[in-house]
Amino acid sequence: MTLNPQLNADGSLRHLLTIDGLPRAILTHILDTAESFISVSEQEVKKVPLLRGKAIFNLFFEASTRTRTTFEIAAKRLSADVINLNINASSQSKGETLLDTVDNLSAMQADMFVVRHAQSGAAHMIARHVAPHIHVVNAGDGRHAHPTQGLLDVFTIRKYKGEFHNLRVAIVGDVLHSRVARSQIHALTTLGVPEVRVIAPKTLLPVGVEQMGVHVYHDMLAGLKDVDVVIMLRLQNERMRGARLPSVQEYFKYYGLTQEKLALARPDAIVMHPGPMNRGVEIDSSVADGKQSVILPQVTYGIAVRMAVMSILAGN
Amino acid sequence: MKIHIKNGRVIDPKSQLDAITDVYIAAGKILAIGAMPADFHANRVIDASNQIVCPGLVDLAARLREPGFEYRATLESEMNAACAGGVTSLACPPDTDPPLDEPGLVEMLKFRAKNLHQAHVYPLGALTQKLEGTRITEMAELRDAGCVGFSQADAPISDTQVLARAMEYAATFDFTVWLRPEDSYLAKGGVAHDGFVATRLGLPAIPTSAETVAVATILLLARETNARVHLCRLSSAPAIDMVRRAKAEGLNISCDASINHLHLSEMDIGYFDPNYHLVPPLRATRDRDAIRAGLADGTIDALCSDHTPVDDDAKQMPFAEAEAGATGLELLLPLALKWAQEQNISLIKALARITHQPAQILGLNAGSLTVGQAADICIFNLDARWQVIPANLRSQGKNTPFLGYEMQGQVVCTLVDGQVVFEADDKQ
Repeated sequence: MTLNPQLNADGSLRHLLTIDGLPRAILTHILDTAESFISVSEQEVKKVPLLRGKAIFNLFFEASTRTRTTFEIAAKRLSADVINLNINASSQSKGETLLDTVDNLSAMQADMFVVRHAQSGAAHMIARHVAPHIHVVNAGDGRHAHPTQGLLDVFTIRKYKGEFHNLRVAIVGDVLHSRVARSQIHALTTLGVPEVRVIAPKTLLPVGVEQMGVHVYHDMLAGLKDVDVVIMLRLQNERMRGARLPSVQEYFKYYGLTQEKLALARPDAIVMHPGPMNRGVEIDSSVADGKQSVILPQVTYGIAVRMAVMSILAGN
Repeated sequence: MKIHIKNGRVIDPKSQLDAITDVYIAAGKILAIGAMPADFHANRVIDASNQIVCPGLVDLAARLREPGFEYRATLESEMNAACAGGVTSLACPPDTDPPLDEPGLVEMLKFRAKNLHQAHVYPLGALTQKLEGTRITEMAELRDAGCVGFSQADAPISDTQVLARAMEYAATFDFTVWLRPEDSYLAKGGVAHDGFVATRLGLPAIPTSAETVAVATILLLARETNARVHLCRLSSAPAIDMVRRAKAEGLNISCDASINHLHLSEMDIGYFDPNYHLVPPLRATRDRDAIRAGLADGTIDALCSDHTPVDDDAKQMPFAEAEAGATGLELLLPLALKWAQEQNISLIKALARITHQPAQILGLNAGSLTVGQAADICIFNLDARWQVIPANLRSQGKNTPFLGYEMQGQVVCTLVDGQVVFEADDKQ
């Protein structure tokens, strides 16, 4: 169990399960490859034949629109055959286990699984189980990781800021339940961002988060001071039902991003959000639609980054 | 049947005996230790040269999975595992299906176990009906049926008033209440220790306070009700400190820890290995070190296997959904020996934690080599090494965090009531 389960013996990428533990060179290679795919998306014929004849299964055990769609578009632009499976709770309740499902789909000559699951570690379990020629891409597992989101975020940052070594980045919101935040933190620290801040009330931060190399702020005004990048996290509605937060109103007042608070960041700071946004909960519409927002470009770049990940895996 | 166990290194923690000598058995009991009694003619001589002869092990927590979970394990398979592990007396928690909350169920279990003529089985009765934590059981009736204590297993009593009443009622009859301390609200939804590993892996966490808050509640209620309490499966350093202080104040309390928590920590979860999904969760290395120290200084009275056979289907799931638990009966001895060797603990002291001391908690005349008492004996080879692989385990449960580990110390022969119930030869 000591071997990194997502790397081949030669150190190349076999699966993409988490950014945690990946060397900087692999991240940079993915970002550079994504760069080359940007032009493909701008061509009249938006296709390259890199994955022709490959069968990619989008295995979504949890609802998703954006991630599933961008994975589908990415695979199709690489000329792969894409099969979308939305496996809801009902088919699991028929008694078929997760690994039974994977075995059955493997028997249909799958080359790659793109997996989203509500449980942390689900993608690792599938990766441990599949035949050696099959690649697994984690499209989000519980609170653990969402590596392609983390990669598209750093890709977006590189597009707008050029370098990583001189940046201050603030991640604001529900870090505790966020696989996106974990992947962003690993990506940013691996790529050499000197100062990554997380801003949240104590009830939304996991124990020992500073050991991931971040500075913790509970005061958003202090945390946003002079940052180059502001990443807002989605606050899921169910968090309001527990005892972690008192109300949407109070959350927005203290941790929602408004123009006034954004003014504390550097004038050229960019605003990011992994989507889907709760306008008026974690972000004000005027900021989300404002000139510093790069939220829609994030979605566009997501396709190029996922093309890069899938083509690199298939080539290894 | 008269048996002569010859030339073994006989270790009995209760009498502090540690010498190369002989043991003589007749009519199921230990007839003599040392010199051969006059007119003793053995039907069988067991040569224990270069072996250790000690009391049969006493395990405070072994789930036999009957009734209700026979697809996971049966009485036959788990009793075989017990004998192969040198365990001759075991306490089984009441979390069967249905739970052990009626005398008839307890009598049936005792009857079925007795007919197998293997290890002695001592059921713990349910403390509350259906383990629901609302109404107390007929404890006196359950005692008459064979229960040696009362427990909630891993089911919570969220209502502290019910807990207080249950302890009070048990104290009326001087019954021991076995409680695994866990605040059900603080532990709600969690599957791993609230530390850096759970943070990194994104696993829902159980804070240390889930244990310490419950320990504090139980200790206060124990003082108030005078109930005799046994705390099960302590997992955190602060909880062990609290017990240490309570004992120093003279509170009548005992506690145990499991072989898993004695050797492992949250770090071992690695990449979501479901074999490390345990209850309570594996905590930080400093907690594990406190368990190792607590077992050495006697704060922790006994080491148990917390044997919980789980079938593959229930384990081959994402970490949080995988059922908690690990097989352990056959690992209790080697993992006690491993701890002793690593911590420089004498063999006699290590064996006390799995023989005489758990027997005292159960209130049994067992766990010792005493003339006139039942000849429950474990003979083992201290140096023999073996690997933990499914084929080497008799338990139907093959899941354990120690899969692949090399163990040192192997049982070669087990006797219950003077009858040989296990010999290593039939294993090969």
